[in-house]
Amino acid sequence: MSRDTVQLEILRYDPEKDSEPYFSTYEVPFNDDWVVLDAINYVKENLDRTLTYRWSCHMAVCGSCGMVINGEPVLSCHTFMRDYGDKIRIEPLQNFPVERDLVVVIDDFVEKLGSVKPYIVPKVEKTVDEGEYIQSPAQLAVFKQYTACINCLLCYSACPQVGLNPGFVGPAALALAHRYNLDSRDVGRAAREDVVASNPGIWECSFVGACSEVCPKSVDPAAAIQQTKIASTVDYFTDFLTPWRKQ
Amino acid sequence: MKIIETDVAIIGAGGAGLRAAISVAESDPQLKVALISKVYPMRSHTVAAEGGAAGVIKDEDSFENHFHDTVAGGDWLSDQDAVELFIHEAPRELTLMEHWGCPWSRKPDGRVAVRPFGGMKIERTWYAADKTGFHLLHTLFQTSLKFPSIKRYDEYFSTDIVVVDGKCCGFTAIEMRSGEVTYFKAKSVIIATGGAGRVFPFTTNGAIKTGDGMAMAYRAGVALKDMEFVQYHPTGLPGTGILITEGSRGEGGLLVNKDGYRYLQDYNLGPPDPWPRKKAMELGPRDRLSQAFWHEQQKGRTIKTADGDVVHLDLRHLGEAKIDERLPMVRELAKSYVGVDPVYDPIPVRPVIHYTMGGIDTNIDAATNIPGLYAAGECSCVSINGANRLGSNSLTELLVFGARAGSGAAEFAKARQGAINESAAKQEAEKTEKRLAALFAKEKATESIPGLRKEMNDTMESGAGIYRTEDSLQATCTKMSEIRKRSANIGLQDKSKVFNTDMAEALELDAMIDVACAMANSALQRKESRGSHQRLDFEARDDKKYLKHSLAHYSPDGNPKVDYRDVTITSSQPAERVYGGAQE
Ligand SMILES: Cc1cc2nc3c(=O)[nH]c(=O)nc-3n(C[C@H](O)[C@H](O)[C@H](O)COP(=O)(O)OP(=O)(O)OC[C@H]3O[C@@H](n4cnc5c(N)ncnc54)[C@H](O)[C@@H]3O)c2cc1C
Ligand code: SF4
Repeated sequence: MSRDTVQLEILRYDPEKDSEPYFSTYEVPFNDDWVVLDAINYVKENLDRTLTYRWSCHMAVCGSCGMVINGEPVLSCHTFMRDYGDKIRIEPLQNFPVERDLVVVIDDFVEKLGSVKPYIVPKVEKTVDEGEYIQSPAQLAVFKQYTACINCLLCYSACPQVGLNPGFVGPAALALAHRYNLDSRDVGRAAREDVVASNPGIWECSFVGACSEVCPKSVDPAAAIQQTKIASTVDYFTDFLTPWRKQ
Repeated sequence: MKIIETDVAIIGAGGAGLRAAISVAESDPQLKVALISKVYPMRSHTVAAEGGAAGVIKDEDSFENHFHDTVAGGDWLSDQDAVELFIHEAPRELTLMEHWGCPWSRKPDGRVAVRPFGGMKIERTWYAADKTGFHLLHTLFQTSLKFPSIKRYDEYFSTDIVVVDGKCCGFTAIEMRSGEVTYFKAKSVIIATGGAGRVFPFTTNGAIKTGDGMAMAYRAGVALKDMEFVQYHPTGLPGTGILITEGSRGEGGLLVNKDGYRYLQDYNLGPPDPWPRKKAMELGPRDRLSQAFWHEQQKGRTIKTADGDVVHLDLRHLGEAKIDERLPMVRELAKSYVGVDPVYDPIPVRPVIHYTMGGIDTNIDAATNIPGLYAAGECSCVSINGANRLGSNSLTELLVFGARAGSGAAEFAKARQGAINESAAKQEAEKTEKRLAALFAKEKATESIPGLRKEMNDTMESGAGIYRTEDSLQATCTKMSEIRKRSANIGLQDKSKVFNTDMAEALELDAMIDVACAMANSALQRKESRGSHQRLDFEARDDKKYLKHSLAHYSPDGNPKVDYRDVTITSSQPAERVYGGAQE
């Protein structure tokens, strides 16, 4: 069947006037090359100036345009119209309060990201004149994958623990903590451990791996969480059996 | 009106803004820093930079080489004192980024690796695979979280600089969540709002790159410098304009026309072999490569597609392993957006608007002519890039001049005498509120935002593109001043206070129109060809008349007055730019 148009059903909510969210339906031209974001932009330019969403780079790297499309959290700039049927349902990311339409409030995530101390705590302070720290390609490879996170929050939308347990630091922030812990230039693990190991949620993470499945950048936060758990358990027993090491 | 008081306020949290904020925080932790951005910092367009950042590091390289490549690359329009400062600071800033955790790609011995880049004589481009900007931005953002004195205001849309008695006293911004106008009362202000590629229809620039800060400074009385110089990148994907990094040619990629012929050899960039070879063929400067495409198109030797004419970028000979190691993002982007796997097929590419060399006129200390107002990053023009930026110089520029703007603004804030006259400043700030109220109140809008934006895009492309003439530019200037006038009839269909993107787009369009007027008029008045500014009616460079920076001064009717200032020359007298065999 050749398709001329597609229907977008988009969740709408403006706290200034709506008591409840509702869906608006828009008919847009079908275009084989379009990503879903192009279709949404078409609506904004031609049909409804009030439709509200975030986007910028259109190349899957700024992390702004995460949405739930036909039930799946995805980047709308990296998801093609041609892969869907005649109706596409578009909703905001789950597990976040809706600010308006497809825009969600992410203050809590930004707060959590900062809480894991995502910066190098150096072993030895070097001055610029002393040059760079030596890091072999193999040492880089150990943490490289965990640097790839674009903070798109698809994993928070997919994670059952984030939904159940609002205090949970969550997949991306834990992956980031892990990234610094694994960096050969860093000795900040103990400081991060306070936040990570004591965090409600990490021990409940049932390793269903939903976060890693939806991640558009193959960060694999589930693996980071799993490795963190093992490392923290080892720490716990080391502290327990050899308490003098703590000092 | 809400008032937020701070010492130093920074508009923009991309690479330049974040680096500036850290610089203030490090120079004096007592100073309060407000960092304002219309998007979350990690969404800033620095995130999209792929190829790398230039800084001398190899033993066989030298500061003189980097200096000369930059000055010649810029067709002698760069200020040479600024370039000298820049090249010396470059490796220091890049090393600092390494200390802060940037995952630079490494050599087997664990030292930082460098790759060749267009117009650079020796490899000096530091890279983090092909996601360099992404890693720099996230490293800077994450490092900034270490400093308690930096307070962020994410998703605040800034609109106007507040000037009282000739001094900068802060600016106004709209909190997107509430729609409330806030006056940021600050002793010094840094504008770091990035470029303005969205003035054109086909660009590598994200939706947020609308020149807001340039327009703010311009309206406040700072000239926009060298605005006629806009860079086309030779290799964008047709349709979307997504960038395929120059790093792909640095790694050995080839450009061929419809006959499979490496056409660059016909444009003073050959001979083609041996390859790869620096400053020749595919590693010539961007202006030359984009212009060569235009000529091939005139000769009918490009390839027709539904999204316009293209040539082919061939990476196949690099092999899968190298492509995956060095250019993973290129592979991914090409597969996703044009359905081509570069391991097996050449990538279709065409020139695309990429970078604004011009911008807010600053001196070598990143200061503008308004005391207390600074600018850094792509929105500014120091100028190190002259008439044509060399790839990988601008990420370094963000760091070098971001840091410099930060320390300058910190010093200024500490030394500033006398309190800000709050009632006068508030009165100024209230003008923003009134302007906004009028926009919301307008009942009968006769112009649409997307409609007017498209007219602007079209006239900029047709009249002020890769090649320009008196007629084409005159037509664009006339059209732009008509658009300036008609923009008064824009209204909003969205009247909500909450995250109103209809309003944001109206304000962005307003800024872009000012920027476009400055570009078109500066281009019309420069009757020579230099770097990215190529005129079919004045084909030669004219150092007698135009070895000068243009300065466009704001005028509400869209017809700025343009005057000129001499270029600073220290050691390199203008000469012919030679690439390919001629240089050897
Ligand atoms: C696709 C691409 C690839 C590139 N690759 C390279 C490369 O390999 N090497 C290289 O050297 N250069 C490269 N460049 C150029 C370089 O990336 C940019 O020049 C540079 O990142 C600009 O950084 P910036 O900090 O000045 O601005 P941006 O990163 O664009 O940040 C601007 C900031 O200002 C804020 N802002 C804007 N307007 C407002 C407003 N009204 N109110 C509040 N905040 C506002 C934004 O929210 C944002 O935080 C590339 C550019 C592109 C587009
Ligand atoms: S881990 Fe993956 S899904 Fe989660 S925020 Fe990062 S990039 Fe997005």
